[in-house]
Amino acid sequence: MIKVENLVKTFGTKRAVDGVSFSVERGEVLGFLGPNGAGKSTTMRMITGFIPPTSGRVLVGGFDMVEKPTAAKRLIGYLPENAPAYSDMTVYGFLSFAAEVRGLRGSAKKQAIHRAVEMCFLEPVLHQTVDTLSKGYRHRTCFAQSIIHDPEVLVLDEPTDGLDPNQKHEVRGLIRQMGEKKAIIFSTHILEEVDAACSRAIIIDRGRVVANGTPAELRRRSELAGAVTLRVSGVNGAAVRERLSQLPTVKRTTILEEDNHAVTARAFPKSDVNGVLARSIAEAMQGWRIEELHTEEGRLDEVFRSITMPDTAETQEASKKK
Amino acid sequence: MNSWANIKTIAKRELGAYFTSPVAYVFIVIFLLLCGFFTFRLGQFFERNDASLLSFFVYHPWLFLFLVPAVGMRLWSEERRSGTIELLLTMPITAWQAIVGKFLASWLFLVLALALTFPLWISVNYLGNPDNGAIFCGYIGSALMAGAYLSIASMTSAMTRNQVIAFIVSVVICFFLILAGWQPVTTLLDSLGVVWLRNLVASLGVMTHFDAFQRGVIDARDVLFFLSLIGFALFSTGVIIRSRRAG
Repeated sequence: MIKVENLVKTFGTKRAVDGVSFSVERGEVLGFLGPNGAGKSTTMRMITGFIPPTSGRVLVGGFDMVEKPTAAKRLIGYLPENAPAYSDMTVYGFLSFAAEVRGLRGSAKKQAIHRAVEMCFLEPVLHQTVDTLSKGYRHRTCFAQSIIHDPEVLVLDEPTDGLDPNQKHEVRGLIRQMGEKKAIIFSTHILEEVDAACSRAIIIDRGRVVANGTPAELRRRSELAGAVTLRVSGVNGAAVRERLSQLPTVKRTTILEEDNHAVTARAFPKSDVNGVLARSIAEAMQGWRIEELHTEEGRLDEVFRSITMPDTAETQEASKKK
Repeated sequence: MNSWANIKTIAKRELGAYFTSPVAYVFIVIFLLLCGFFTFRLGQFFERNDASLLSFFVYHPWLFLFLVPAVGMRLWSEERRSGTIELLLTMPITAWQAIVGKFLASWLFLVLALALTFPLWISVNYLGNPDNGAIFCGYIGSALMAGAYLSIASMTSAMTRNQVIAFIVSVVICFFLILAGWQPVTTLLDSLGVVWLRNLVASLGVMTHFDAFQRGVIDARDVLFFLSLIGFALFSTGVIIRSRRAG
């Protein structure tokens, strides 16, 4: 549904988006991650046709955003960053306007508004003007606007920003549910949302895509992924470390915690032994009292940091040299 | 799909925005008060002993100079400031439809304010036998002039997110258009000796084109002047919006 090819956007001398390519199919929810200023919003603005790309192209449902903007825009629902809405209109008036712009009239319009209001829980504020709304309601009003025409493509720029935990949960649920039939892109810098709602995630840093995969795939890139954490009682740390380091499958061992009763240790696998580490450790530990033993999945925040940080350090060094 | 339907939707929202905020009421009241003041005090409506609305129309270029930019300044700068421009321009409408829709809404609003001066027309008909054709022409000219000022306000409003700047710049441009046909200015340009420049500037003057309407003459050239001014300013609005989007 959405195809982005080699998208570039320069502001003056700064390359805000630098050759981004990806595609999103129907039934996919793509999480768009990245530090602040990485180019997430700029990319989304180009996808929705708000700003034209410097080079590269965007296809939405087969329509080129530059050549056939109206046809492409008709397929998209868009929630911009900060959820703007006409402050002097009532929620109903605003949604009615959004519906009319999308070509809905009469009973189709009423139904569309009703559906959007129900999905976004806007009933209590329907006849209030937008500038009297709390941030959460305002946000959901703009969200309702983006889904009013039941679009095939949804582009959401930080849809959960400024919502309380309950509302965040609701919005994530909504995204996941709608993602079954639509192509959705949403940006966030809350990593737990990726697990909660995405089928795939892209990490973007300084205008470039630095990672692209399912949340599980991304987690596997974590240093932690595949490591085994275990808790053994009745022995000391040195003994555990010695026993573990003798195993051919273990690359490195760290003792996380040690007290009078038990030792918590973590063993990192050698690169070619994926999956068998836990079993080999369990076998090696026979006779000891193992209280806990599990294989780590890897953590997204760690992947995120390791992908977006080291480059930063490099560039800082490079600029120092200059 | 249907550009006229889109224009109407945009215009409807825009017009609604005037009336849901106090802007419309404040503007209409002030406009009517000032109209009355100019017509009766400065224009000496009664002392003239003349059954016409000349003393009413003659002040319109000056009255509109400040009031029309006040109506038009928010057209685009408000969208930009509140970020709703991002919604508007990602909807399945063209920038043109948005520009024309917004412009028509505010123009309609100004025409409505102008129409509310009808008690003057009733009074002058009660007091004497005015040339109603001439009065009608005056209203047409006045509406066209308001539209021209408004299109300039739309253009300056697209330049900035700051309404005050939009207001001041459009007042200055409109003021220039008033001065352009003014006798002292033409004399000054005469002294420079560049004939084409003098003629060009003089032909841009709003006053000369508006004068004919007041006298009850609708000249196609005057109508064309105002319409092309509107067309040009709206076209510039489009160019400015496009270039600002390109960042």
